[in-house]
Amino acid sequence: MFANLDFDVIRRSLPYLFLDGMTFTLMLTGLAALGGLVFGTLIALMRLSSYRVLGRIAGLYVDFMRSLPLVLVIFWFYFLVPYIGQWVTGASRPIRVGAFTSTLVTFVMFEAAYFSEIMRAGIQSISKGQPAAASALGLTYAQSMRYIVLPQAFRNMLPILLTQTIVLFQDTSLVYVLSIPDFLGAASKVAQRDGRLVEMYLFAAAVYFVISCVASYGVRRLQARIAIVR
Amino acid sequence: MNYNWNWHIFFEPNPTGAGTYLDLLVSGLVLTIKTALLAWVIALIFGTIVGVLRSLPSKTASWIGFCYVEFFRNMPLLVQLFLWFFVLPELLPRAAGLWMKQIPNAPFWTAAIGVGLFMSARVAVQLAAGIASLPRGQKQAATALGLTTGQSYRYVLLPMAFRIILPPLTSEFLNTIKNTSVAITIGLIELTGQARAMQEFSFQVFEAFTAATVMYLAINIIVVTGMRFLERSLAIPGYITGK
Repeated sequence: MFANLDFDVIRRSLPYLFLDGMTFTLMLTGLAALGGLVFGTLIALMRLSSYRVLGRIAGLYVDFMRSLPLVLVIFWFYFLVPYIGQWVTGASRPIRVGAFTSTLVTFVMFEAAYFSEIMRAGIQSISKGQPAAASALGLTYAQSMRYIVLPQAFRNMLPILLTQTIVLFQDTSLVYVLSIPDFLGAASKVAQRDGRLVEMYLFAAAVYFVISCVASYGVRRLQARIAIVR
Repeated sequence: MNYNWNWHIFFEPNPTGAGTYLDLLVSGLVLTIKTALLAWVIALIFGTIVGVLRSLPSKTASWIGFCYVEFFRNMPLLVQLFLWFFVLPELLPRAAGLWMKQIPNAPFWTAAIGVGLFMSARVAVQLAAGIASLPRGQKQAATALGLTTGQSYRYVLLPMAFRIILPPLTSEFLNTIKNTSVAITIGLIELTGQARAMQEFSFQVFEAFTAATVMYLAINIIVVTGMRFLERSLAIPGYITGK
């Protein structure tokens, strides 16, 4: 069944697959995870704030984003980002936005909704006595978040945040719908150019599988190491 | 924002010659729901089998369950759909491969099976956790009553476990609906696909995507409300969520 397959096509396209494709995928994953974490934490703080309106806005945003499929959100932002750019910069026409910027904005906004739920759970897992003690010591709200609550919440949730990042790593393959050469997109381009769909897609599947497996094994190890004994 | 809004576009005839743009989107919505329902049935069947395997005392059984889950969880859904759609027919014997390529509605069946198997790994994990959360006494009581392993799963463990994991199952069902949109890449013109088609035919990008967004939100609200009723009527008395 593998008789008329040519696995040499993989070797020939390795530089393109990894230097171009995988670099794009990993850059997008890393930056989107960072951005998602920052915005997600802000949204979580809004949701837990004592101002009802802020909480409602944050809640609506999270529910809204989480009920839409990522593919639709990718299309939305692909067409919307040029207009947002025009609005922000005050230009006279929709600005031209590169593929990377457009997808990065998409993933940051989308993942922020998911990261915010994780951070919210993390913040709520801190016992009430801690912020109470912080304010008794005279710390402001910002200081008690910055020095007391968020570091602990982040540490408690680190394994879940990393697991979500692995999901994000897999989800970045969906930029395929915009014909952007991420890792899968690059594999698909070579596959279609050389008529070698079977070899390229099997190889792409194997690469995603190995990276995700190793990463989730690492997360399990980390989880065992950093667990706080209470 | 210099964009030409035209909300009447939905009632203008679409280029296929049959009905309006709104009809186009509704047919996409119907296809999304059909695909998601078939995928969910597949996910529940395979997820139950694998979830039970993972909870059995036998080392071999739980190892098989572990491998199944890892296989389907560590590849992007998009890649899995490509494997089923482009790769599998080439690797099968010639006759079987030809048959697969000639099935009418191939994208629909591939999407339903592909998304179904992808979600089954997640259902399996939830179910195994649900079974593990039951007190040990339940299994022991079932054995003491003379039930075989099969019977104790059928009459004691599974009915309890499924009722406990109903809330996470709701969100997995919602994920199944959302994940059908990935099948746009193998040519399934479901709701997202129809919105994209409408955008290409009419150039009214934001109207098309707004309509699709509203439809997805509506599905979500309906499913969440329905499941809340189901959860309330199936809640186990004596548990926190029960009466």
